[in-house]
This record gives sequence, C-alpha cells and structure tokens, in this order.
Amino acid sequence: MIEAVGLTKRYGPRTAVQNLSFQVRPGTVTGFLGPNGSGKSTTMRMILGLDSPTAGRATIGGRPFRPNPHAARQVGALLDAKAVHGGRSARAHLLSLAQLAGLPARRVDEVLAMVGLQDVAHRRAKGFSLGMGQRLGIAAALLGDPQVLLFDEPVNGLDPEGILWVRNLMKQLAAEGRTVFVSSHLMSEMALTAEHLIVIGRGQLLADMPVKDFISAHSADFARVRTPDGAAEQREKLAAAIAEAGGAAAPEPDGALRVTGLPLPRISDLAHTAGVRLWELSPHQASLEEAYMRMTQGAVDYRAAAAGPAGPPAPGGYGPQGAVPPGYAPGPPPGVPAPPPNPYAQPDPAGQPGPYAPPQGHPYGTPGPYGAPQPYGPPQPYGQQPPAAPADPTVPHPQDVR
Amino acid sequence: MAVVGQVLRSEWTKIRSVRSTVWTLATAVVVTVAVGVLICTLARKDFGSMPDERRLAFDPTNTSFAGMGLGQLAMIVFGVLVVTNEYSTGMIRTSLAAVPQRGVFLFCKLLVATALVFAVGLATSFAAFFAGQAALGAHRAHLGDPGVLRAVVGGGLYMTMIALFSMAVAAMLRSPMLSLGILMPFFFLISNILGNVSATRKVGRYLPDQAGSKIMQVVAPVNDETPYGPWGGFAIMAAWTAAALVGGYVLLNKRDA
Repeated sequence: MIEAVGLTKRYGPRTAVQNLSFQVRPGTVTGFLGPNGSGKSTTMRMILGLDSPTAGRATIGGRPFRPNPHAARQVGALLDAKAVHGGRSARAHLLSLAQLAGLPARRVDEVLAMVGLQDVAHRRAKGFSLGMGQRLGIAAALLGDPQVLLFDEPVNGLDPEGILWVRNLMKQLAAEGRTVFVSSHLMSEMALTAEHLIVIGRGQLLADMPVKDFISAHSADFARVRTPDGAAEQREKLAAAIAEAGGAAAPEPDGALRVTGLPLPRISDLAHTAGVRLWELSPHQASLEEAYMRMTQGAVDYRAAAAGPAGPPAPGGYGPQGAVPPGYAPGPPPGVPAPPPNPYAQPDPAGQPGPYAPPQGHPYGTPGPYGAPQPYGPPQPYGQQPPAAPADPTVPHPQDVR
Repeated sequence: MAVVGQVLRSEWTKIRSVRSTVWTLATAVVVTVAVGVLICTLARKDFGSMPDERRLAFDPTNTSFAGMGLGQLAMIVFGVLVVTNEYSTGMIRTSLAAVPQRGVFLFCKLLVATALVFAVGLATSFAAFFAGQAALGAHRAHLGDPGVLRAVVGGGLYMTMIALFSMAVAAMLRSPMLSLGILMPFFFLISNILGNVSATRKVGRYLPDQAGSKIMQVVAPVNDETPYGPWGGFAIMAAWTAAALVGGYVLLNKRDA
C-alpha cells in the first residue's frame, strides 16, 4: 500500500504539491489523474524518495522508501521512458538494473519477452520509438517482480495495440494482488484501466473515489435550451418554470441554459406554458472527459491563451469519450476539416461532442460539419465558477477556427 | 553488504555497455603515448644543442610523460561522462529508485570507474615511458634508476586522480556541458597560466594538476623551489579530490534527484 499524508512540495514560491493525502490499495489499479503540470510526477518522485517533501510524508507498506535496502524487489517504477542511455542496448540497460537489484540475468530475458522487445534486445536504445521506450521502461519496472508498481504516463506514445496491452497488464498485475498506481492526463484511458481514481489539479486533491462513482456523479445527461438573444427576462422566466417543475437550470456563458432533471418534451411544454420561445432545445451527454476538465479547469497551469488552428495538437489519438467509451472512441470523422481542439489547452471543455451526443447543427444556419467544435462556451453551472475567470472571449468561433 | 556487490556489478555493466568508455580511454592512451614519443624524439635531436645547465636537469622520465597534459583531457571527459550520463539521460532516477542508499550508489560507481581508469592509466604510463625512452635513445632512463619506477607508477596514479577529481566535480555539477566547460579550460589553460606567471606561481603550484604532476618528476627542474616532494604533491591533489568527493556526496544526498 502506498500512503501519502499531507504531502507538500514547494519550489521557492511555487507550490507543486499541496497537502496531498491519499492511499493506494493493493489489488486494484489506482489511476492518478491530473492535467500536465499538476504535480503527478512530483508526487511519484516523493513516493520513491527521489525528491524530499517540504512537508508531510509518503510511505510504501508503512515505511518511507529511502532507507529500504531491497527497494528494487519491492517497488518497481516507470518514471520516464526516455531515461535510458541512448548508446546502451535494451538488454544491457535492463541487465544493469537487474544486477542493481541482485537479480539473475535470466530475469532480463524474461521481462524482455514479456514486453515484446526480445527481437530488439541488442539494439541500442537510441533508435527506439517512444512506444518501444515505454515498453523498455515497463520491463524495467517489472524486473524485480515487485508488489508495488508505479507508472508515470505509461501509455504515452503507444499505438492502440500497445495501449490495450498496457491496460490489460495493469489489470493483471492488480488482479495478482499488487498495488498498481498509474498516472495519466487522459480521463478516457483511466476510465477503462483504473478502478479507483485520484484526481489532482495544481497539486491539490480534487477527487478520491472509485471510477464507478466518478462516472455516475459526473456524466449526467442534460439539455441545452436557448431562448431568443437579448430577451433575458424570457430566459429568467423559463429558468423559474424549470426550477418549479423540479429541474435545474444553469446558465451557460453564451446565454443558453443547461437543464438537468427534466426530459426534453417536458421542457418544451414548460416553455410553451410560460410563453417563452425557444431557439434551441437539444439533448447532450456530459462526457467523463468533460467532467474531468470542468473539475480541473481552474487548476490547469499551462493553458494556451487562445486556441485556434495554430494551437497545440490534440494529445494522443483518443478524442473525448462518453461515459462508457466502447474501446477507441472516434475523433472527428475523417475528411472533416474541423481541427481537433486540444481539450487541455482550451478553456472550452465542450470542444467536441462525445460519441453519444447528437449531431450538432450550427445554430445560426450556416452549415456546420458534424463534429465541429461547439460554438458555445463551456457550460458553467452556478457556484462552480473556476478560480480563473472563464476565458470567454477566447472561445473560438467556428468561422475563426476554420 | 550485498548491496555493494550488486551496485558494483551493475556499474561495471553500465561502463562497458557504452561506447564513450572505449573512445575516451583509447584517446587518452594514444594521445599520451604519441605526444610523449614525439617530444622525446625532439628532445634527443635537441640534446646536443642544450646548455649544460639544462642537460644536467634533463629528466628523461618526465619528458616521456609530456603527453599527459593533453591525454588527461580525455580522462577528464571519461570521468565527467561516467557521472553525468546518469543525469543527462534521467537514468539517475531509475538507479536511485533501485538503490535508495545514495552514498553506496555514488561510491560504487566511482570505485568501478576509478579502478578501470587506474588500470588504463598505469598501462598508459608504462607504455609512454618505454616508448619515450626508446625514442630518447642514448639519453634514456631505466626503470631501475632511482625514482623512475615511482614516477612511472605515479603517472598512472596521476591520471587516476585527475579522472576521479573530474567525477567528483561532475557529481556536484550534474551537467556534462557545465562540468567539461569548467574542467577542460581549467586544466588546459588556467592552471598553466597561473603556474607560469611568476606572480601567481606560488598559488598555482597548489592546484591539483600541478601538485599531482610532481610525482612524475625524477630530476628536479632548475631553480625548483617547490615546497613539497613527489608524494607531498600527490597528497595535495588527493586532498582536492577528497574535498570534491565530499561535496559530491553531500549534494547527492541532499538534493532532489
């Protein structure tokens, strides 16, 4: 079991990790989720005794890591797939680590076969792809057959087959009763791999719950309702009617309402009764990715100021997914010129509809391609305003994007 | 301690599985011997035209080590790379996650590298001596002459100590570029300048390379006022190295990896 108690790390005036407390239990895969720069790697390094915490402590099996004389046989870690001397062969790299742990050379060949690198064992690591590097790093973590495993972003750079392999490996390791702690910045990946989630943002704990609970708490259906522009009293009227009927209406920055708790026909009826005209009434499903981004939105350190065609590329190849993504959810359909918005670089978490969201026509009549970035700003329920003011003006308008 | 044996084996695997080891050490051998032979050949041709004073002070043994000044630079590169490879690749985190006892890790690494450098340095020193003496012809020294064996073994010790000092400095600085950028000009230029300007000579001779190279002398130069002998000089060099090692150890132990 890995335990962090009040773990804090400051670099000068900057706080990387703030009073983090959690437990990682054996027998399950625990996902460690957070945007880039949220303190995941720092936390992992502190657990491994590489960085010393400013305050608090991290223990593995109840003991701090650093005085542990048999570290390599009890704890295996993949921190950085590129942390290999490029001039050294995969086998020599693993052999040096095996010897460090007092393991026989035969174990090196075993793990090489396990990760599928036996054919390139004598090639120098310089020529390895990122995916091969990840496999080599995973092999290094598995060397000592440890009971506690930490993986920092293990699926980075892997192809779909590799991702599936890592996912099954993590599950298998956990099923064998090991403690498996996997970090990622991809909610969709964690939803498939992990059973338990620890979410951090800006070094602070945001959620610590089973994945199942996270999904049921965060992927509710909702309806977008739009009343005529410039008629705020109509909107207020409708919001009041919805509240009276037992629903919840939260305004979105562009003036639409995000309605939960009522079926679409009922909303239409309420509007009709209240004499409010509707410009839009559409069903939506908040994806897990969206929920995660809303949660961490105020806590994203490195956000692009304005997104556009020149914005950073989307991470990985896996678009935002629905609550229970069926394998690899599709990104924008091929041939559609819509640039995939980087969900971590953009303040608009609703950049793309999940696979279950209905097709989104452009609200103003201009033909919007299926899967185009949603023209409206991020949904902001009452009372959940992120600390950083929503960067509404920077939300790309579809015309600007294209 | 079982851990020590494990780390030593691991470090030996690391050292022999990268090409920079062979390249740097081979360069050290070739440059030291070749430059030594060249200078010895020139000295033999020059000997007839030397003033008596210089003939008296002619040190055939030390002349065959004339290539040390250049060859030691390759040793410095080797020492720096052995340590900074861990940092520039990020391997240090994997290593320290496997061996959390950082002192054990550092000293095993340095021990393996130092042992290798000593073997290569000693071989270089003997090769440079014999090749150089052969080139000197009639003016040669013999291994059995007083002080000569000490000077030749000292040549190997000097190279070893230079490499170890470089490793210790690199352990403090962590960056290969920074370490080489400080060590190379220091030993190639600054030390020589300080040692040859009369105002700074008194200070310059306490620098590690100048003090250490005293061990390779058999005949004292003219007007030599060095206040220490061959072993005294080597002790000064060892003290520098020890200080750097303490610094490297303290920083490694304290710093985040």
